Amino acid sequence: MGDGPATLAQAGYLVAAVLFVLGLKGLARPRTAVRGNLLGASGMLLAVVVTLADRAIVDYGVIALGLVVGAAIGVVAATRVQMTGMPELVALFNGFGGGASVLVGAASFLVAVDEGTETVDLVVAAALTVAIGAVTFTGSVVAFTKLRELMAFHPQQGKLVRVANLIGVGAVVALGLALLAQPSNELWLWLLIAVGLVLGAAFVLPIGGADMPVVIALLNSMSGLAAAATGFVLSNSLLIIAGSLVGASGLILTRIMCVAMNRSLVDVLFTQLAAAGGGLDPDDIYGGRIKSTSPEEVALMLDDADRVVVVPGYGMAVAQAQHAVRDLTRSLEDRGTEVVFAIHPVAGRMPGHMNVLLAEADIPYGQLVEMDDANPTFARTDVAIVIGANDVVNPAARTDPDSPIAGMPIIDVDQARTVVVVKRSLSPGFAGIPNPLFAADNTVMLFGDGRDAVVDITKAMADV
Amino acid sequence: MTFLLALTLFVLALFLGIELITKVPPTLHTPLMSGSNAISGISLIGALLTAGGDHATLTTVLAFVAVVLATINVVGGFLVTHRMLGMFSKRR
Repeated sequence: MGDGPATLAQAGYLVAAVLFVLGLKGLARPRTAVRGNLLGASGMLLAVVVTLADRAIVDYGVIALGLVVGAAIGVVAATRVQMTGMPELVALFNGFGGGASVLVGAASFLVAVDEGTETVDLVVAAALTVAIGAVTFTGSVVAFTKLRELMAFHPQQGKLVRVANLIGVGAVVALGLALLAQPSNELWLWLLIAVGLVLGAAFVLPIGGADMPVVIALLNSMSGLAAAATGFVLSNSLLIIAGSLVGASGLILTRIMCVAMNRSLVDVLFTQLAAAGGGLDPDDIYGGRIKSTSPEEVALMLDDADRVVVVPGYGMAVAQAQHAVRDLTRSLEDRGTEVVFAIHPVAGRMPGHMNVLLAEADIPYGQLVEMDDANPTFARTDVAIVIGANDVVNPAARTDPDSPIAGMPIIDVDQARTVVVVKRSLSPGFAGIPNPLFAADNTVMLFGDGRDAVVDITKAMADV
Repeated sequence: MTFLLALTLFVLALFLGIELITKVPPTLHTPLMSGSNAISGISLIGALLTAGGDHATLTTVLAFVAVVLATINVVGGFLVTHRMLGMFSKRR
């Protein structure tokens, strides 16, 4: 107390913490989200400014260079990214946050050992920081490469990797204890970081595309926890509070994603969805029951419809069909047809991704309906159009207790009067199982590229 | 700051975070994630304190890289969130 600059910094940190709380609160509501983000950013700016006034800082050259380089890269990445690429970018930023925590944890630990101030608390905190941070860093980088599809992975390698993961967790604990016993031996620190890095990569490698939203949310939480652990190393209240807030928000999103897939976190991390097929032969389900249709026929159905529900999946984004879908929506609305979008929580590659993709295509968010609100309305829906979605509309989740996706909440499109499925082929989705919806009496298949198909329907509508 | 005080802050902030986020609508999941991700770049504060101190070269180099990584996280994170939220508000 009474120590000028330090007290000023503490007071600044308190205000910054309040701004972070208000910012997160704002981000949780549509009307206040923009302001919430700005509040969070001002909290960060304030924290940086009061920190720079700290008298422990003697060299501003290194800092200025680091800030300029980092800000330039951040601005370029944030302004150039496509909305389809958002999950990759968030994963990458996440990894950078985790990486920064590792480096700060390691550097602070080295300083403390140098000055002989390494208490047990500090060593434990530093070990946790570098371990969580390292796992977050490589985990995020692997998630990035998987999302960019730079890396394929063969599921049969999964078992081996999972055994290695358990060994890795044991090694991290052992190395943490070794560091505690011998803080002056730097080798333990470097080994701990190295094992953490390997573990992070190994933990994300075997995780399939369908589980990506869970992994991204979990890594988000871990980057917060790593920052909080850094706060314990530095005895810095703001790092602890901010890191903990982010850790909590990431955990909640992780839980929401797990519930949306009816999978526990342990299942996501340690078991694969049951082997492809699940004993079901696609021919038994599809044989002779698939009805193929044409854009013209779909246009006729839509002309008669009073209520249309569009169910988009990630395949729609891959085909870049969102703008074509918007045009179709507008032409339907001009005829007085009610159109809404039913969105499954895991429809994209990260939580809420589909909403962002549709917003980018100028589809008002009032038209986007959550799964639980959309499901009761299918009975009075004339046409449901499924574009690029598969597992999330598979009625087997409801009807077949032996199905690998049994119990997963799905969008009940099969209860609409007519279902149009726009799809390239009958190939299975992430879960690798056939979809009885495609063979249902009220379903017709429109085979082809998502965007071309929707454009053709819109054209045919004009001639009806 | 004692360890117990630090732990108190940590646990209370965890509960606060859970209360704040629990009822967020799915529309906002992605911006919430990228915005909170930017806040987790708070390690920047630790990086600044370490990078500007009078330390051994290795420490300074580690801290410099940490400043760069954390700044990318912070600046990029808030900016991309702002961009995304702009798309939600430009509706007709």
